[in-house]
Amino acid sequence: MVNVIKLRKGLDIKLRGTAELKDVAVQRGNDFALCPDDYQGVTPKVVVKEGDKVLAGDALFVNKQYPEVKFASPVSGTVSAVERGDRRKVLAIKVNADAEIQYKDFGKKDIKSLSGDQVKEALLEAGLFGYINQLPYAVSTNPQTNPKAIFISAFRDMPLAASFLYELAGNEEAFQTGITALSKIQKTYVGINPQQTDKLGSLRNCELTVFDGKCPASNVGVQINHLAPVNKGEVVWTVSPTAVIFIGRLFLTGKVDLRHKVALAGEEVKNPAYSEVLVGQKVGTLTEGRIKGDNVRIINGNPLTGNKACPKCYIGPQISEVTVIPEGDHADEMLGWILPRPNQFSFSRTYFSWLMPKNKEYKCDTRIKGGERHMIMSGEYDKVLPMDIYGEYLIKAIITGDIDRQEALGIYEISPEDFAVAEFVDSSKLELQKIVREGLDILRKENA
Amino acid sequence: MNPLKKYLDSIKPNFEKGGKLQAFGSVFEGFESFLFVPNTTSKSGAHIHDAVDSKRIISFVIIALVPALLFGMYNIGYQNALLANGGTLPADACHLSMFLYGFLQMLPKILVSYIVGLAIEFAWAQWKHEEIQEGYLATGILIPMVIPVNCPLWCLALACAFSVIFCKEIFGGTGMNFVNPALAARAFLFFSYPTVMSGDNCWVAKDQVFGLGYQVADATTAATPLGLVVQDPNYSIDTMNAVIGLIPGSMGETSFIAIILGALFLLFTGVASWRIMLSVFAGGALTAWMFYSLDMSPMTWYDQIVLGGFAFGAVFMATDPVTAARTECGKWIYGLLIGFVAVVVRVMNPGYPEGMMLAILLMNVCAPLIDWCVVQRNISRRANRLKK
Repeated sequence: MVNVIKLRKGLDIKLRGTAELKDVAVQRGNDFALCPDDYQGVTPKVVVKEGDKVLAGDALFVNKQYPEVKFASPVSGTVSAVERGDRRKVLAIKVNADAEIQYKDFGKKDIKSLSGDQVKEALLEAGLFGYINQLPYAVSTNPQTNPKAIFISAFRDMPLAASFLYELAGNEEAFQTGITALSKIQKTYVGINPQQTDKLGSLRNCELTVFDGKCPASNVGVQINHLAPVNKGEVVWTVSPTAVIFIGRLFLTGKVDLRHKVALAGEEVKNPAYSEVLVGQKVGTLTEGRIKGDNVRIINGNPLTGNKACPKCYIGPQISEVTVIPEGDHADEMLGWILPRPNQFSFSRTYFSWLMPKNKEYKCDTRIKGGERHMIMSGEYDKVLPMDIYGEYLIKAIITGDIDRQEALGIYEISPEDFAVAEFVDSSKLELQKIVREGLDILRKENA
Repeated sequence: MNPLKKYLDSIKPNFEKGGKLQAFGSVFEGFESFLFVPNTTSKSGAHIHDAVDSKRIISFVIIALVPALLFGMYNIGYQNALLANGGTLPADACHLSMFLYGFLQMLPKILVSYIVGLAIEFAWAQWKHEEIQEGYLATGILIPMVIPVNCPLWCLALACAFSVIFCKEIFGGTGMNFVNPALAARAFLFFSYPTVMSGDNCWVAKDQVFGLGYQVADATTAATPLGLVVQDPNYSIDTMNAVIGLIPGSMGETSFIAIILGALFLLFTGVASWRIMLSVFAGGALTAWMFYSLDMSPMTWYDQIVLGGFAFGAVFMATDPVTAARTECGKWIYGLLIGFVAVVVRVMNPGYPEGMMLAILLMNVCAPLIDWCVVQRNISRRANRLKK
């Protein structure tokens, strides 16, 4: 009997341009790159130099503090550049890919016979360990941590998010193998939604939990908060379902195969659909010829938690969708504070969207739609934060830099993405995810 | 591009740093964001945002006040006609004239409140190089509604200035004040100029305005029902008139029906907390019932609720999200205590026939303590989990 947790709080944001469940073939091109910034909390040390030949699976850079944590090249080819920014910060390690990918062979392994340490060793060697994140601090983890549990959320409910079940088709064995491998390290929990029970209800070597609720029920942080909340001094590992497939493939084939399906979705996309891409592939290979307007925002990820991108950027390692929405910076909308604006979406009942059918999809641009204020309305965050945490008080503790209070209020249990919906609904227009990120970074530094 | 927007864009450089009119930069920005939704786009975090903003929320509070405001205007004329004719409406009384008379009595007060308050807010915003905040738009209309019609304009101006400077801006502006600014203004007047805020001579307008209304002799007085009950415990309250609002009282708070219309609008749009509203009424009704049952007060629970500023305070003042308790559990406690304290002050302290203002201000001060206790429970739970 699968454990079901009903979550009352949250908000599903329906935007126009959801990706159709069909594949559109795209040219991969030969320009690939890994951007260290995509692996949160990692200070990179580049281990290749321009002109080096690499195979798919060879390390391009390592974590400076834990050099055993390598980050594998998604393709074989020649390192074309190590791009640096201010103060020589590494921005990207670019690889000019071969026409056909040559994989480094790490050897197939029978997962049943491996111990947790051997799994960890295999992931470190293949450069996939960096795909494991952790709470507290919501950063890429390190091998010296001893997790009390490993969490995988197998569904996505952010606006325009890609369907994991569609991505899973054909990768079922790899996904199960990945879960089994992680379960060797520590007890592994998999969160699914009620619609996935048919296809994922039979997963083995993990504790399955159904989360029945609105966005952000799919956030692994929300799920951890209900099943194994993180106390001070404890660590929980979190792995995206896509990374679990990568891990599974490593043990099944002996290769670092970073192919995965990404949705190109959004109001400004001509034919929103899925495409098979590689980590580090150019965003432009997906978007070329498929964007409707001129004044658009391309987002590496979903519109709530993704990063602003451009066709020259690279698809991030933890990305399941690239979204394109109108920029809206020339909207010049008059008297918005009082007009009914029936086409606007709002969590507040001061607009009519709460009376509309639940499946109605809305057009939403990137305007903040108001000025930044102090917190005026109370309880806004708590209505969309399905965690045993007083979000408003925690945010205030972060803003005031009161570390003791942050700890008391549960900062170790949260990640910025948990506040994404709260940031959307906030009538005071505060940059909540940025505030949380900065708070976590400061705390991590203090506790180092 | 919208021609008006085009014009605003063309004059904008004058208001920016180094421009001829840079001293009015905040004012310009305030008007621009009033006319057009800001085109500012997100730079970090969520790329999409809810259409709601604080301007819309404040505007909805003002819309909710309209029934009470309009009825208040009518009642000013009605009370004037009643007093002039010894308690009955004159035969030539015209409803429209009564409304117009009330309108003309109230208009200067609304104008003074807005001009003084907003001028300070604009100047403060410019001094601090901040965006003008819209909080005073609600406060500015609330203050005239909770004072008697005969309150002199200079008193009102002083109260508005006191409220904006000492209750809001020095704490950091809208969202940072710890007491309700409108009630702080009323309290300022109540304690600094008690003669213009209480007694029998302040509640009904006595002078004609532009030929409208009736001239009433200075010696003629009219007390509020709450005041009359204090003077004579056997005074028979006309509950129906109180529900409709045809009684002397502060300009906007006499009509229970008009206030409830505003309350329904606030609850329907989700702008005010139903928990606070319900708990204030429940706390007040229960306490009043207790006093009535113990024979300590001649007023029934429903009289306590419909008379004076109780309903107005419960709907528009206690629900101010900035000064109320901010946790959901805390809101119940906060509301119940407001209702309780308001009735206790009314019944047990004959010096203050109206206790709502003091109750809300007291609980504004206590709200952070209530929240602290509620949040502390969460903190203790987390700490206990760690111990286990």
